[in-house]
Amino acid sequence: MKFTDVFLQTSTKILVFIIMTFSIFILFAGHHNPGGGFIGGLITSSALVLLYITFDLQTVRDIIPVDFNQLAAGGVIVSVLTGTASFLFHVPFLTQTFTYVDLPLLGNTELASAVIFDLGVYMTVIGTTMTIITSISEDEK
Amino acid sequence: MSNVLILPIIIPLLTGMVMIFFRRRIRLQQWLTVVSMLLTIGISIVIIQQISHQGILVLDVGGWQAPYGISLVGDMLSALLVLVATFISLICTLFAFGSTDNDHKVHFVYPYILLLLCGVNGSFLTGDIFNLFVFFEVMLISSYVLLALGGKKIQLRESIKYVIINVISSTLFVIAIAYLYSITGTLNMAHLSERIATIGQDGLLTTVSLLFLTVFALKSGLFLFFWLPSSYSAPPPAIAALFAALLTKVGIYAIMRTFTLIFYHQPEITHTIILCMATITMILGALGAISHWQIKKILAYNVVVAVGFILFGVGMATLDSLTGALFYLLNDMLAKALIFILGGAIISIFGTDKLRNFSGLILFRPSLGWLFFIASLALAGVPPLSGFVGKVIILKEGVQEGHLIMSVIGIITSLLVLYSVMKIFIHSFWGETLLIEGEQKATGTNALLPGYILVTLIIGMGLGAEWVLSYVEQAAEVMTNPSIYIDAVFKRNS
Repeated sequence: MKFTDVFLQTSTKILVFIIMTFSIFILFAGHHNPGGGFIGGLITSSALVLLYITFDLQTVRDIIPVDFNQLAAGGVIVSVLTGTASFLFHVPFLTQTFTYVDLPLLGNTELASAVIFDLGVYMTVIGTTMTIITSISEDEK
Repeated sequence: MSNVLILPIIIPLLTGMVMIFFRRRIRLQQWLTVVSMLLTIGISIVIIQQISHQGILVLDVGGWQAPYGISLVGDMLSALLVLVATFISLICTLFAFGSTDNDHKVHFVYPYILLLLCGVNGSFLTGDIFNLFVFFEVMLISSYVLLALGGKKIQLRESIKYVIINVISSTLFVIAIAYLYSITGTLNMAHLSERIATIGQDGLLTTVSLLFLTVFALKSGLFLFFWLPSSYSAPPPAIAALFAALLTKVGIYAIMRTFTLIFYHQPEITHTIILCMATITMILGALGAISHWQIKKILAYNVVVAVGFILFGVGMATLDSLTGALFYLLNDMLAKALIFILGGAIISIFGTDKLRNFSGLILFRPSLGWLFFIASLALAGVPPLSGFVGKVIILKEGVQEGHLIMSVIGIITSLLVLYSVMKIFIHSFWGETLLIEGEQKATGTNALLPGYILVTLIIGMGLGAEWVLSYVEQAAEVMTNPSIYIDAVFKRNS
């Protein structure tokens, strides 16, 4: 480890948490305010890229053992399946619905089906972005 | 509301995505592909039946009414094309099982074929011109990968050209859509048609329509086909067959849709240009087909000739000529898939595509030889095969409408097409055999099953033309009378 890495690594360890929290906030804010799965996914990816820059590829892969290809595919499946739920309720494809539920700790919370769709988008964006970035930065095997 | 319309788009998409989790399990992927395509075929038959009984199906996605939301519109034109496109993908995939190497298979070749199908079906079914662009992109991105997959030198060279051409045409597509939106303020195709009918198609709108024509001509290989022959001869045979049967056809569909539904007010400009482009396409395509001595090039130029001929029918824009054009389009998808599959088999047997190095295959591959013979006749439109019916309708209409020169060119190019494929037949099947003992049974057998299925269908479609025409006419009726389409989208019962 080079001396200059100390600053980078120490600050990264803190920053990644802040960025991750912010991205999840953005993801859920997206239902009513600017934000959503796409931006949330990009912000999460930026946190992951920061990890890749600070530590090396192998370390990050040990910390986050996720196949980003599969994450992207899973995201598409989640999103499309949210849409297909419309077949069960006999409404047009991708119709959204919402309800208010009293949850412990959170109080009266709005639960919307669009958020599940957004979650799929979030997964797809992270998966795609990370696949692109890692495959460009990777060496030939 | 008919949710069934979304199924031909999402079934291939979901199956393709599920397969990413089973990267190494090729057998499972093959089963999943076949099952999902069969399912899609079944659903598109259901859709066709529903349309023929209840009229055009419309799905307002997310419950948002047209023109505010995005609608999927299934009329007979789209439904027939979805059925044939899915069927062709199934046949080409069956051929791909045996003809692509293992390296291809672990690199997601089946998911990409399914994504391509998702984009193709989406382009046919969408009722929104921006969504047409989106589905075009889905289709094109999959085709970029399928073209480059394998990484041979020629593939990489051709895919760079192909990507550049398509990126340029897609850019023009978005620009054209932006112009259209700034003039009319809507993107829903039914709404566009209605608004343009109200405000009149002035010079500006006609110019925009010509921009659309340029874009679709680039995609479908109408006149601007300079990229097509070399691109289509680069990928492995199964993929080339898929491209030849599907990709240009989506461009043709887009021309048919936009110039019958939206820009039909100034046929003396737009449709005349389409007819001129179609004529030049037929002539140049036929010249290309007879001048080359490589199977792949000859077949690729045959794709070009057919595009010209179909657009000849579209350009006249009468009920009969559109019926003929659609019938010939459906036939051409089957025939092109067939001839590319058989051509691919011949190339894999000889290990080269130079015609002069071939001979004497009929002794060892009689069934392949006869299949190829029938396929050649089908391409040229010899009765009782299905190509005949479409050609007769278009040519008859051409003579009646006074396009005599074009009709003559149509007939001459048909003969040249026949000559070009017969040249392949004669050189590869006649004469002394050059094959040694080991080569005789090694390759090319996997083309037989897809070949038999397609030949049966082509003969069936020729003999049962009356029955097929009853559906095709319903599609042509909507094309000549846009108000049926518009009323269906806005749910007015006239």
